[in-house]
Amino acid sequence: MEKVLEIKDLHVSFSTYGGDVKAVRGVTFDLHKGETLAIVGESGCGKSVTSQSIMRLIPSPPGKITQGEILFKGRNLTNVSETEMRKIRGADISMIFQDPMTALNPTLSVGEQIIEGIRQHKNIGQAEGRKAALEMMELVGIPSAAVRMKQYPHQFSGGMRQRIVIAMALVCQPEVLIADEPTTALDVTIQAQILELFRDIQEKTGVSIILITHDLGVVAQVADRIAVMYAGKIVETGSRREIFYNPQHPYTRGLLRSVPRLDADDAELLPIDGSPPDLFSPPAGCPFAARCEHAMEVCSRVYPNKTRLTSIHQVDCWLQDERAPKKMAARI
Amino acid sequence: MALRKQHEGFEESVIPDEWFVPKVKEKDEGERVSRPSLSYWKDAWLRLRKNKLAMAGLIFLILLAIMAVIGPMISPHSVSEQNLRNQNLPPSGEYWFGTDKLGRDMFTRTWYGARISLFVGVVAALVDFVIGVLYGGVSGYKGGRTDNIMMRIIEILYGLPYLLVVILLMVVMGPGLTTIIVALSATGWIGMARIVRGQVLQIKNFEYVLASKSFGTKTTRIIRKNLLPNTMGPIIVQITLTVPSAIFSEAFLSFLGLGIQSPYTSWGMMASDGLSAIITGQWWRLVFPAFFISATMFAFNVLGDGLQDALDPRLRR
Amino acid sequence: MNSYFVKRVIAMFVTLWLIITLTFFLMHSIPGNPFATDRNTNEAVQKNLNSFYHLDDPLYVQYGSYLKSLVTFNLGPSIKQSAFTVNELIGRGFPVSMELGLWTLVVAVVCGILLGVVAALRHNGIIDYLAMTLAVIGISVPNFVMATLLIQQFAVNWPIFPVATWSSPMHMVLPILALASGPMAIIARLTRSSMIEVLAQDYIRTARAKGLSPAKIVFKHALRNALMPVVTLLGALAAGILTGTFVIEKIFAIPGMGKYFVESINQRDYPVIMGTTVFYSAILIIMLYLVDLAYGIIDPRIKLGKKEG
Repeated sequence: MEKVLEIKDLHVSFSTYGGDVKAVRGVTFDLHKGETLAIVGESGCGKSVTSQSIMRLIPSPPGKITQGEILFKGRNLTNVSETEMRKIRGADISMIFQDPMTALNPTLSVGEQIIEGIRQHKNIGQAEGRKAALEMMELVGIPSAAVRMKQYPHQFSGGMRQRIVIAMALVCQPEVLIADEPTTALDVTIQAQILELFRDIQEKTGVSIILITHDLGVVAQVADRIAVMYAGKIVETGSRREIFYNPQHPYTRGLLRSVPRLDADDAELLPIDGSPPDLFSPPAGCPFAARCEHAMEVCSRVYPNKTRLTSIHQVDCWLQDERAPKKMAARI
Repeated sequence: MALRKQHEGFEESVIPDEWFVPKVKEKDEGERVSRPSLSYWKDAWLRLRKNKLAMAGLIFLILLAIMAVIGPMISPHSVSEQNLRNQNLPPSGEYWFGTDKLGRDMFTRTWYGARISLFVGVVAALVDFVIGVLYGGVSGYKGGRTDNIMMRIIEILYGLPYLLVVILLMVVMGPGLTTIIVALSATGWIGMARIVRGQVLQIKNFEYVLASKSFGTKTTRIIRKNLLPNTMGPIIVQITLTVPSAIFSEAFLSFLGLGIQSPYTSWGMMASDGLSAIITGQWWRLVFPAFFISATMFAFNVLGDGLQDALDPRLRR
Repeated sequence: MNSYFVKRVIAMFVTLWLIITLTFFLMHSIPGNPFATDRNTNEAVQKNLNSFYHLDDPLYVQYGSYLKSLVTFNLGPSIKQSAFTVNELIGRGFPVSMELGLWTLVVAVVCGILLGVVAALRHNGIIDYLAMTLAVIGISVPNFVMATLLIQQFAVNWPIFPVATWSSPMHMVLPILALASGPMAIIARLTRSSMIEVLAQDYIRTARAKGLSPAKIVFKHALRNALMPVVTLLGALAAGILTGTFVIEKIFAIPGMGKYFVESINQRDYPVIMGTTVFYSAILIIMLYLVDLAYGIIDPRIKLGKKEG
């Protein structure tokens, strides 16, 4: 499959008064054409920083990409100029943010906010821009779009605003859409509609989607592949089936156990004890070791390397080592 | 099947087999909190101290207060002592800041003016504080209809041109120190009342107050840890900003001849007197009062800004 | 029409009425009589004067007739300058004062916003630091001190600008600068802090994610939102400028309304004090109302969102 985006060994840190926060520490993944990749993890694990780094939108200073490559169709985005980057933002790679209530400018009509996106990248007039915006608003399911495009954000409901944000992101037919917690701020019923919309749009336009979320329910509905992130690292990657039915990292197991399930009503909900490590001085070994019930001496000393289980299933865990006690490995 | 590469900073062979045993967990290992916790006021003070400009302002004000007290005492001349043979003398060993058109000692008069300015500023701020806390407190605490009516009144009063009302009162009551303070307080409390009301409303509704109550926290602790930091900050800042505005108003009124009356003096009056000295080149008659008004307002403003930053709980790191 | 603005109109009239009443009773509570200081007026003359100016009527009658004449925009005669009515004094002085005030407002708003935006865009840089130090100085130096310093520097030491009177644009430079420095500093500080806050908003990030140029982000998306607090402050600033004209007109010997007002205070010319106070207040209250209107135009949420207010 064609790779549209390759992230190689990405490191991002933020300098603060207390020292450097190493928010992303060697993240590597690919995005294929037309697929949905979900990046899952707790808040603060670096998933949003990763996505904003791809757009080069991390506030800088204090944020800085210290190492690694972001290859978009062979071009390394970490060293293109800001002017070049502006031509890519919105046109080739688009982004949707978490809270539709704050993502729209309250003083501009929604139509204008969509139109300015097209006109920034395509050499067209206001009338043509209007037409494209109208089509896009209809595509994302906004009724009587011609009237509504003259209205202001506060006249829309949360779900409708998120549709506007999606229309804004898609209006230039980008190849990659990064959605950072697109449904977190919405009601459950609206969530389902928006996720449905994502699938629908992907079918129609073939856009590749990176979905950033902490909600495994959302992931189960739309993701083709899943990357689990913890403390600035991707600890496990696999197909949706592999992650949900054959999780290999103790952290992935923990995440799955902490989600309520409708199909197993007697299953206990088990929270993961403790909290993620301090990223001012991340631990030398596996960052999850302090919270892991299977932790061994080696875990807190050396970071495990990738074990490839299938063509797409990979995990960073010492339990995959042949020297690990077999009992423990089996118990996972 | 396992794909082996080099570990980050570790050769594969270096890792000994005995590391592959279950680790004995230290208690609470996942729960450590690394940042030492400081009390709110201590933290605020540390941050204020880092702000050099604000600290310079504070030091200036302390020195000014000291000089306002001892300045007129260490000078050999009194405030009202006129010496018509010594008119308009430049600064010298005898008259450190020179003399004015009536031969009065500018040095003594400057520190006397400092007394008036600081007195007016501090008293006006205090009166504002008391009225503002009472009015705003009642309005916010009672809520509902009372609050509604009290806020309507404030809205209407807010439309009154403040200095015009002050001038009117000065005309009616006749110039003088008491009048200035009454006139300034009559209109100055509105801002404070608004802030206090806002704070009280917040206190009533804050979820964290409810949350700490439900954890069984003692009331005094809630007040000390939650309420004071969140409510005193804006109030203290408002006070520091009321003082320079009162000082400005006094100087303004005195400049117009509506303030302090001769033989007593204030910086505004001295600046007004010094106006004619521009043409004659007697710079000291204008420069000293002008400098001290501006520097005092500057000091209060930068201190207020510094306090605002230091006391804002959201800016805590 | 919109009930929010109707409410504001009502509040406006209540405030105005309050000022008129307050002014009237304050003025009439002053012990003594405006003619008492004139030595050569004997009792009979005083009585005549009193009845001419209706000072011998009961207070409520005077109040009633004052309100009645105000409705017809008649502010009454001057006592000290008997050749003039208050209306004529205002008619002579106000155009000059308005020219001074409006230019000051324009200079303060334009320069203040520019300075604030530049400081916000260079947040924590040298320009920011310089601009904000300048702003604190601008706030700290009272306008009458600023005026005297400007005269000393640019009219006496280094005579580029003429001062006194109001006859040419060159005469207007120093008074406008002196009066504008304070409001300009306040606007610059407010614009800066509000701009910094707006630039950190999600919708700015959205705009960046669309690939918009920095100029477009600043001028189309950020500035409009950042200026809202500045607009709310305009009313108060106008009040400050207006009272500032009193001293500025005194210092620069400008024949504006502020000069008459200050003179009327010193001479206890009550009809003039009352008339000018009421006039000034009306102007200010209308300004505040206009500011509200402007706010409604800039912020669509107010215009349409607060139907039942």
